[in-house]
Amino acid sequence: MINFGYTSNKDRQIVFDENDRSVYQILQSKEPSVDICIQCGTCSSTCTTGQFTQFSLRQIIVNIHRGEMDFINEDIRKCMFCGKCQLVCPRSVNTRNIIQVLITILN
Amino acid sequence: MNVEGKKLIWQDYQKEIADNNYYYVRSCVRQTFFPGSETAFLRILKTELNKDVCDQSIHTSCTGIGYHSDVVPIETTMTVVARQFALMTEAGYKNFVPSCITSFGLYTEVLETWHHFPELEARIRENLRKATGREFEKPDNLAHASDVIFKFRKEIAAKSKYRLINKNTGEPIKVVDHIGCHYSKMFPGKGIGGAEYPYVLAGMIEEWGGEVIDYPERRHCCGFGFRQYLVKQNRGYSLACSRKKFESMEPYEPELILTNCPGCPMFLDRWQYAINEMEGKSYGKNGQGIPVMTYEELAGLMLGYDPWDLGLQVHQVGCESLLDKIGIEYDPDKKYKGLEDKELGKPKTPSNILFV
Amino acid sequence: MTRESQTIAVIGGGPAGLEASAKLTGLGYNVFILEKNTEVGGHLLDWDRLFPDQQNASEVLDAIKAGLNENTQILTGAEVVEISENHRFDIKLAGSPQKITADAILVATGFDVFDARKKEEYGYGIYDHVITSAELETYFKNKKEILKRNGSPVKRIAFIHCVGSRDEKAGVRHCSRVCCVTAVKQAIEVKELYPDVEVYLFYMDLRMFGLGYEELYKEAQEIYNIRFIRGRLSESFENQDGTIMVKVEDTLAGKPMRINVDLMVLMVGILASSGTSEMGSKMGIGINSNGFLKPVNSHFSSQISNRAGVFLAGTCKSPKNIEETLSDARAAAVLIDNYLKAKIT
Repeated sequence: MINFGYTSNKDRQIVFDENDRSVYQILQSKEPSVDICIQCGTCSSTCTTGQFTQFSLRQIIVNIHRGEMDFINEDIRKCMFCGKCQLVCPRSVNTRNIIQVLITILN
Repeated sequence: MNVEGKKLIWQDYQKEIADNNYYYVRSCVRQTFFPGSETAFLRILKTELNKDVCDQSIHTSCTGIGYHSDVVPIETTMTVVARQFALMTEAGYKNFVPSCITSFGLYTEVLETWHHFPELEARIRENLRKATGREFEKPDNLAHASDVIFKFRKEIAAKSKYRLINKNTGEPIKVVDHIGCHYSKMFPGKGIGGAEYPYVLAGMIEEWGGEVIDYPERRHCCGFGFRQYLVKQNRGYSLACSRKKFESMEPYEPELILTNCPGCPMFLDRWQYAINEMEGKSYGKNGQGIPVMTYEELAGLMLGYDPWDLGLQVHQVGCESLLDKIGIEYDPDKKYKGLEDKELGKPKTPSNILFV
Repeated sequence: MTRESQTIAVIGGGPAGLEASAKLTGLGYNVFILEKNTEVGGHLLDWDRLFPDQQNASEVLDAIKAGLNENTQILTGAEVVEISENHRFDIKLAGSPQKITADAILVATGFDVFDARKKEEYGYGIYDHVITSAELETYFKNKKEILKRNGSPVKRIAFIHCVGSRDEKAGVRHCSRVCCVTAVKQAIEVKELYPDVEVYLFYMDLRMFGLGYEELYKEAQEIYNIRFIRGRLSESFENQDGTIMVKVEDTLAGKPMRINVDLMVLMVGILASSGTSEMGSKMGIGINSNGFLKPVNSHFSSQISNRAGVFLAGTCKSPKNIEETLSDARAAAVLIDNYLKAKIT
């Protein structure tokens, strides 16, 4: 093999059909309210952890649905369970339980 | 796939192409990348079709590469373009035919810009006058060289010695077309068939007996893109673009990639080698590459020109497998011989892939 | 002069034209409905059920038509060629010696759906498995099975919002308003028929403006497991197996995304109909930049045109749902009555 001094770039596309989307299915069965999230971002806006880290419940939900599992395991452990997200959610999604269930699944 | 639906779109994107008296402007890079192509174009037009083509040595680069790499300012580019038009005017021609797709895109862009900003055109005329003392008229007709071959595809077919047909099976050769981005993506109305379903090369393939293969990433750029390639650190991006195309076309088992741009055949050809050297992967059948050709080379082959006169020996992916399929005669011993049988030297053989 | 001695020409026999005619004839006026198609009813004729409550379109149409009385004359196949004015309006119809004379005109020429072929990169008319929302509605209406070209079942469907709406490249700036809820309605109908089909809606914004629309949206998520992906279709391709590769940016995940589907449904937008543009220019009525007819004031005189005696109703002015269309038609009837009463006295 020859090293030309450059490589082929990694594809950024979400290859939906090839990704492992099983975590979302388990989450959905244990906390069905995850389905009615409208991705408005109120939770991540009010979230204290989110003010200082990359943590975003909104993005976690969407990424798990697409099977994009990079950093999820790391991210969910940043949550402090204060519950502000649950207070503000316009759809009354059981936000804290989503994180709790995810930690259980990914353990 | 409903071809009738495509034909409806093609009807919307017809363009006027002059039928004689062309002022031909060459590409900066094609004579190095594909040395037989421009010569073949001139030979086809002059000797096969009896057309009048003016081919001068005094014109320059259009500066397209510099312009798209942000090193040449637009006013400089426009003044250079104005000089090319002046040379055409002085030679007594009105139909401007660039060999390069980026030049074609650039000339189109400059003419459109002048159309909307006449004061800018006036300033450029003044620039040119001050710098060179020349005056110019804008071309009556601007067509890319592939438009001209498209226009005469039937005449070329009538004079052809070969067809794009597998002589052993009688099946049409499966061809994917790749259109340079600057042909119609900037100005869809200026390209035959528009931007989404361009017809300029597909029309040649159909007329010469081949089968056009449509594949999902057909519209994707080859990855040349100037900035991607010119900076070595960005080259992985260029390669990734070509790879996306190869992976998408692979299941359709294309036997030829036909192109109309200077950069695309270069990269679609060379990146097959690079990917193979890096990863051992090849996209053609039996560990071979997929041959890549310019439309002039293909037209020349159909007309029975010697493959080595067309410059096919400088391709990275060898074209012999395709020549054999069609039944095109060639002398393997002359592959690396130049004029008067001068030895050109043999390139190094790729380590993995069967590039013959 | 009395109401009974006066005549109103209603151009267009869709919901707006029919409802206004019902109210005007109810007041005692004579009404000519000039419909260029072979049947009155407009787009309601092609629609199966209506959002948000899935009422049958034919029931709604029947209810509107029930209001018409013997003072109504419906002329179908009636194309207006020329309108001249000499105290009253004289209307010439194509291929007919009959001239209609009217004291007022109501323009109710409605909308056309966007021609999806214009979005060339979406492959409508080229790829085998791309249909429009209007076509899907005829599948429902005619109880036609939703199958792949080869007869095999459809496993995954994508609904593409805003095809010919909010798209300057397609020459359409406006939001067609009702397509969002139509997509949700149609997605639910698909799931009712084929519970195992995966349904994805690709949207920019979901505009659930009407009463019950938001509830329908939630129902789609909660009961039907319909998924919403916030990304606008950039281009699509036909794969070797005939499936469609959908390319969007998944804006929420912040990454480009591709997904293969068996069928793509394009939610085509609402444009001023060709008849609307024609009537607008024939009668010198103001036309908005988006092609719809322009009332003298969009707040307090939204049924009155800039030409005395010519009134406007329904979707010739803007995209509307049925409820808004019918209310607008009734308002137009009242204003026509006011106008003619003033002439009587």
